[in-house]
Amino acid sequence: MEINLSVNGSQVARDVTPMTTLSDFLREHLSLTGTHIGCDTSSCGACTVTMDGKAVKSCTVLAVQANGSEIITIEGLSENGSLHPVQEAFKEHHGLQCGFCTPGMVMTAVDILQNNPNPTEQEIRHGLEGNFCRCTGYHNIVKSVQHAAQSLNA
Amino acid sequence: MIPAKFDYIKATSIDQAISLLSQHGYEAKILAGGHSLLPAMKLRLNRPSVLIDIGGIDALGSITDEGDAIKAGANCTHYEIANSNLVKSHVNVLSQTARVIGDVQVRYRGTIGGSLAHADPASDYPAAILATDATISVRGSNGARDISATEFFQGIFTTALGEDEIITSIRFPKTANGTYVKFFQSASRFAVVGCAAVKNGNGIRVGITGVADTPYRASAVEQAYDGTTSAADHAIDGVDVMSDHFASEEYRAHLAKVFVRRALEQL
Amino acid sequence: MTTNYIGQPVKRKEDNRFLTGKGRYTDDIKLPGMAFAAFARSPYAHAKINSIDTSQAANAPGVLAVYTGSDECGNFGVPCGWLVHFKNGEPMKEPPHPLLAVGKARHVGENVAVVIAESLQEARDAAELIEVDYEELSVVTDPRQAVQEGAPLVHDDAPNNTVYDWEIGNPKEEVDAAMDGAHHITKLDFKNQRLAPNAIEPRSYIADYDVNADKYTLYTSTQNPHLIRLLMCAFVLGIPEHKVRVVSYDVGGGFGSKIYHYTEEALLTWASKKIGRPIKWTSDRTEAFYTDAHGRDYCTTAEMGFDADGKILALRVHSEANLGAYLSTFSTCCPTYLHGTLAQGCYTTPLINIDITAAFTNTNPVDAYRGAGRPEMTYILEHLMDTAALEMGIDPAELRFKNFIPPFDGVNQEGYQTQVALQYDSGNYEGTLRRALEMVNYENFRQEQAAARENGKLLGIGFSTYIEGCGIAPSAVVGSLGARAGLYEVGHVRVQPTGKVSVFTGSHSHGQGHETAFAQFVADHLGISMDDVEIHHGDTDQVAFGMGTYGSRSLAVGGSAIVKSLDKIIEKGAKIAAHKLEAAEGDLEFANGQYTVKGTDKSIAFGDVALTAYVPHDYPEGLEPGLDFSSFYDPANFTYPFGAHICVVEVDQDTGKVDIRRFIAVDDVGNVINPMIVDGQIHGGVVQGLGQALLEGVSYDENGQMITGSYMDYAMPRADDVPFIETDRTVTPCPHNPLGVKGAGEAGAIGATPALVNAVMDAIAHIGIRDIQMPLTPERVWRAMQA
Repeated sequence: MEINLSVNGSQVARDVTPMTTLSDFLREHLSLTGTHIGCDTSSCGACTVTMDGKAVKSCTVLAVQANGSEIITIEGLSENGSLHPVQEAFKEHHGLQCGFCTPGMVMTAVDILQNNPNPTEQEIRHGLEGNFCRCTGYHNIVKSVQHAAQSLNA
Repeated sequence: MIPAKFDYIKATSIDQAISLLSQHGYEAKILAGGHSLLPAMKLRLNRPSVLIDIGGIDALGSITDEGDAIKAGANCTHYEIANSNLVKSHVNVLSQTARVIGDVQVRYRGTIGGSLAHADPASDYPAAILATDATISVRGSNGARDISATEFFQGIFTTALGEDEIITSIRFPKTANGTYVKFFQSASRFAVVGCAAVKNGNGIRVGITGVADTPYRASAVEQAYDGTTSAADHAIDGVDVMSDHFASEEYRAHLAKVFVRRALEQL
Repeated sequence: MTTNYIGQPVKRKEDNRFLTGKGRYTDDIKLPGMAFAAFARSPYAHAKINSIDTSQAANAPGVLAVYTGSDECGNFGVPCGWLVHFKNGEPMKEPPHPLLAVGKARHVGENVAVVIAESLQEARDAAELIEVDYEELSVVTDPRQAVQEGAPLVHDDAPNNTVYDWEIGNPKEEVDAAMDGAHHITKLDFKNQRLAPNAIEPRSYIADYDVNADKYTLYTSTQNPHLIRLLMCAFVLGIPEHKVRVVSYDVGGGFGSKIYHYTEEALLTWASKKIGRPIKWTSDRTEAFYTDAHGRDYCTTAEMGFDADGKILALRVHSEANLGAYLSTFSTCCPTYLHGTLAQGCYTTPLINIDITAAFTNTNPVDAYRGAGRPEMTYILEHLMDTAALEMGIDPAELRFKNFIPPFDGVNQEGYQTQVALQYDSGNYEGTLRRALEMVNYENFRQEQAAARENGKLLGIGFSTYIEGCGIAPSAVVGSLGARAGLYEVGHVRVQPTGKVSVFTGSHSHGQGHETAFAQFVADHLGISMDDVEIHHGDTDQVAFGMGTYGSRSLAVGGSAIVKSLDKIIEKGAKIAAHKLEAAEGDLEFANGQYTVKGTDKSIAFGDVALTAYVPHDYPEGLEPGLDFSSFYDPANFTYPFGAHICVVEVDQDTGKVDIRRFIAVDDVGNVINPMIVDGQIHGGVVQGLGQALLEGVSYDENGQMITGSYMDYAMPRADDVPFIETDRTVTPCPHNPLGVKGAGEAGAIGATPALVNAVMDAIAHIGIRDIQMPLTPERVWRAMQA
């Protein structure tokens, strides 16, 4: 089936099978391999991208459902080669180790801060409940989001 | 993981969705938010040969003030329900419920209609549906009908919905302040026990999910309610309590009483 | 230049690519003509395979090949890397572990057949068409039951499902006698439950045979590419090592589960030559639950005897360790040499006997998982200590102070000889506990706890003062204990003509930050900018050799190998510098990137020396050009990091739910190269340890079906399950490696688990309950409180 959508600001048109998930579409059809797949049950959040401005688990959206939408992936977050403030904060505060959950974490953090520019620690922790990290114990991820909030508000 | 093969049809109207459903029968599934259905399909536990996507049907998507009730279209997402000012003002127990479903990403995509039709016995909405005495409006090839909250839920993954019927909206009578409290299953974050309670005149209405294979109105609690929390002891009167890896029958029964008590404390 | 990178929280070099989605994980790689594999797996825990009908699958659209255990690949099996002997001296039972099941399937999820097709969809669809005639057999999943007479036999040639029995320490009679004379004995019976490692990146492999070069390339999500190549070539497929390249670029977490040589790696490599195409297989999460090696799973009876003053007199432990259906690469050394040898802990226990029986069961293979045997031993010791403290009415901190081995630095004081073979390098156990007690404000806490209890609030505090054996390992020692490989490391430093430095390490990062931490000490050693140092790892065609990353060995062993090469470079550079400066080599000193004639201002920069080495026009006679050295470093001893962890919890009296209020970790990992990275390792390890204590556990039903085979049923810590981790450290350098480092990767997971369990037991101590089985689910805690 033919789908047309905007990905990271570019209009793309592709022919996909109905079985293709948005995550597979991004990875296999567009080679945007920053979106990772860590589970089959919509639990881990590694595949999080934004769809029409909202964080979604792209493994649980069919590519055909994303027809006509605007998708931003981790690859589309930084502008002109400079890191987005959330990416910057993750780097500054060691919010990542193996890097596999990182794109999903960052995309979710961007969403959290869009909705709540001054989240408390508990609000950040709740906001990240749909994303697993096995490396960091979440400590520096939460710190990173706190600092990202500060720099976005500055 | 990749689902087994299926055909995808995007329905543009309720009538078209119903006619497609009649045409394809049990081989077809309605796709709303997809957050229960798609994982099951990827695990190949569910393998419909046709998916009818109702996600684009605008008529299913709004939250409106109907005077004595708030009507939520079946396609409203958990996020929309949690953050709707109408819902917060008039059926706050519903917004409290929607806020603790899944996680932020799931709430953006999952819909109330999809969740109700799927009827997972550990899902959150049924408690609020029962406590508010909501009405589920459905349409099928034989026309539209309303199903009361207490009739709608019939068992594990089983509802009063006919084979070619879809949920169009849910009508929540405006209620006094209520509350939803939940004991989270530690892995899935579904409800091991979820209890919604609302004031109803001098009395209360209490809906309980997660405890039995069918969510239920805790009538015994409602009858025993005397303004204190002692009625919580009746939380499981006449109920067959479920048992699973996360909570035995005995523990779940205990939790039901604890969470009814906590709900009553907050009323 | 003057550099001072060591000890600084330098931001990681690798982060930009991860943060922008440019990491290169195996599943991100697409090769031209790549085909896809999917497996048919056993739905039964134990079943005879009467026949397999692949005809429908073979004829399905897009299918290129279907293989079963009856094909040539059924003759190949993956080996176990560590030979352990029975007490009577006989070698352990080591039945074949075929690439695809032959004759019988021994656990749910075992690979029975593989389909290779043009697309993943076609491979998956066709795999469902394979028809297998199974005959179900009786099942055993519990190791204590497995070794009983009459239990179902997993392998016909392993009587009583016993892989080996094994003991270490003092003679049993001496320990028994000391126990008999003890004033008090604390005894615990528990299960250290099975865990699923759950690196968020599932395993992924691409095998690519190039017919023109007659060369195989295996892209794999492994922690140790050279070891995979060695095992696969020499022990599985019998193909020449120089014709095989193993590549492991970015790896999304390992925690042990990606050390092992898995059957799929060899099968894909073999099949790629058969079909003449690259083949990819990426595990999905469900497959990961059913095929990754699990961790832990011990049934333990442990006793500690004390005198009236609280001094430990003896320790006696008997455990059955579950190794699953087949012996995974390092499985056999986990309950023995990585476990029994840690039984001294931080204490002066004079008599110790550890007795282990390892069992086959109808479950996933079990192998090293973050800590590997050491968390299990630490749990035994530390859970015994807090329990004994409660039983004897002695403060748990005080009980430890009574029993700690006194501080020793391994230089002025000798290393500490344990009763269980090892000699500790250096330690100051009371130092970490004192600091942790300060941080938690212990006296205040006890007052707060008493007040809270009066208001019906259950607060508890738990301790864990652990030690671990890291920096694995002296080859001769492990060889004498049954290791089938050496455990040295290789560090190759190539100074480029322009003075830029390329470092090739056999160590491997899957989150640890080698590209940064290694560059820090390399830059400091050479007095150059970190920007001028690039660390390479993970490609056997690029890196000479290596043993990979596990056992907190990267810096202690891999780093030391690099230091050896740096020393050789500085030494050779001195010859060149002496020539250029017309000075005697002995009159030179090297500091801040300059060779200087002592007491003069005559100097030459390292970069100029490097250029001279490659443009040797004016050059010392007889000296080879170039500045490029490779070294093997084989450690003199293990390293022994240690620390004190304290957990504070609140238990919900109504539900039994445990809320972690504070977690304090004071660790001593020796010298620290990058404190930011070390803290990160501790945070992550601690939360994995807390996960075991509170949430995680693989469960099987009576038919051997896993009932926790997805994230809907296997609970792992999420961001809102844990608090910030309060960390600090003391520094007791390792006396036997050049960086003085000990290793930090596993410390958190080793120390944290008993601290949390002890805290819960402390919270409800007044009820008289002394133990609850892990994970401490709300229901278990609630039940205990009802007793």
